[in-house]
Amino acid sequence: MTQWEVVIGIETHAQLSTVSKIFSGASTAFGAEPNTQACAVDLALPGVLPVLNKKAVDCAIRFGLAIGAEVAQKSVFARKNYFYPDLPKGYQISQMDLPVVVGGQLALQVGQGDKVYEKLVRLTRAHLEEDAGKSLHEDFHGKSGIDLNRAGTPLLEIVSEPDMRSSDEAVAYARALHALVRWIGICDGNMQEGSFRCDANVSVRPKGQAEFGTRREIKNLNSFRFLKEAIDFEVQWQINEIEEGRKIQQATVLFDPDSGETRMMRSKEDAHDYRYFPDPDLLPLAISTDWIANVRGELPELPGQKRERFVSELGLSAYDASALTASQEIADFFEATVALAGKNNAKPCANWVMVDLAARLNKEGKEIAESPVAAGQLAGLILRIADNTISNNIAKKVFEALWNGDGATADEVIDKQGLKQITDTGAIEKLVDEVLAANAANVAEFKAGKEKAFNALVGQVMKAAKGKANPQQVNDLLKQKLAG
Amino acid sequence: MSLTLEQVKRIAHLARIEISDDEALTTQGHLNGIFQLIEQMQAVDTAGVEPMAHAQDVYQRLRDDAVTEADRRCAYQSVAPETEAGLYLVPKVIE
Repeated sequence: MTQWEVVIGIETHAQLSTVSKIFSGASTAFGAEPNTQACAVDLALPGVLPVLNKKAVDCAIRFGLAIGAEVAQKSVFARKNYFYPDLPKGYQISQMDLPVVVGGQLALQVGQGDKVYEKLVRLTRAHLEEDAGKSLHEDFHGKSGIDLNRAGTPLLEIVSEPDMRSSDEAVAYARALHALVRWIGICDGNMQEGSFRCDANVSVRPKGQAEFGTRREIKNLNSFRFLKEAIDFEVQWQINEIEEGRKIQQATVLFDPDSGETRMMRSKEDAHDYRYFPDPDLLPLAISTDWIANVRGELPELPGQKRERFVSELGLSAYDASALTASQEIADFFEATVALAGKNNAKPCANWVMVDLAARLNKEGKEIAESPVAAGQLAGLILRIADNTISNNIAKKVFEALWNGDGATADEVIDKQGLKQITDTGAIEKLVDEVLAANAANVAEFKAGKEKAFNALVGQVMKAAKGKANPQQVNDLLKQKLAG
Repeated sequence: MSLTLEQVKRIAHLARIEISDDEALTTQGHLNGIFQLIEQMQAVDTAGVEPMAHAQDVYQRLRDDAVTEADRRCAYQSVAPETEAGLYLVPKVIE
């Protein structure tokens, strides 16, 4: 039985966050009426010339610096020639021999819980190019409808090395890249609107073999789930083909989410011959060291750096640090909470943000930026747990009150609802005595060796204290009394 | 280097230019003439000379990211052969 190794490389098209197109002054806003944002340049009317958008270059530099790549001081735009009705010029302006970003790498956390491991994926290059328009094939009495609003939208095509060895690693890469482009503000990452789409190059080879197998490229995967499903299906398909004695032919395939299968779009024989050549309409692009230095100065602390700092400075686990740096918004919220609750409360801050707050946000379908409980309010709550004013259980009640707007601060809610924890030993002792007297049956059961009866007694005391007695003190006092 | 007749026909197909066998022969002659010119140029020693991506040795000007083009769909579509619901209609294409 041959052991197979999966080899995956990913090409990603990230739509850059500019207000105008890469080579024209038409708007890039999503959802406009068809062809209302397609100007003379986008339509390739005679005599027009492309002029490069500075912000698109800025985005490419930001990306290059964020992945530790070389930002080319000189890069060149080329024409990629093919005919399709949604490409009015008959060529796409892209970059071939001299792309704007060369090399770099991305660190990923793969897996969950204890099984997390770090993986380094090398990047080959990233280049600037324009998007094509959109073809609509339905409902036009045998014709296709063309909307050129998207034509000329700036894209950064990001190409990885074939470094991934499973669909999980591929998804982890796509997620890390998705988080990064949003983090550095160059792409909104909206996958439904097509702002971030992946092509996966997949091949298999017997474990231990040095050469790669023949690859097939799965095009246009616009969700992480489809990326995983498509790769899993494709890998199994390729293994079956080889084991049944057939050879894999290089091809481009499409994933059908309904059937969960990949199917051939075109084979290598009729693959496009793009006849790239430098675009005579565009002079080479120069990026000065000053420009690069300026962009570097504006770059925020990156997710990887933040993750390391959360571990070394705040003592969080790698898993927690990774979850808290999933997006800039989550990291900001967490850091604002820690800033007010203190570094020694970093762990409870992490738990509240990742568990309680996340669950509540999830339930209401809200983003962290829309959280009704502000970081300051959460920090106030955590401080009251830390100084024993309230127990963790009561804290959940206070959190709920803050969420519903029943009080501006944790202190106000605790005051108003009388939730302050009872820590006075005398008061707790009185409650314990009352409960012991009233529950002789439980006491007898406990003395007969039934451990469960003890919990029932704790429950009775907490009930009598309306949940406000310090649980540790209740436990200690009960044990003491029952032993005596 | 010279092109075969087959290659000439393939290039014509890629460029969506319909040519007859006679035209293909003539075109082959023309293109191979150009290749001879290129061969002459390639005989020049260019060791140490950085290739230029453009005839002018200058860099491109950039524009600020601002929307400067208004909607002129009506004017543009008035010269299109067929439109519907704001879309340009073309013979059906499905890959």
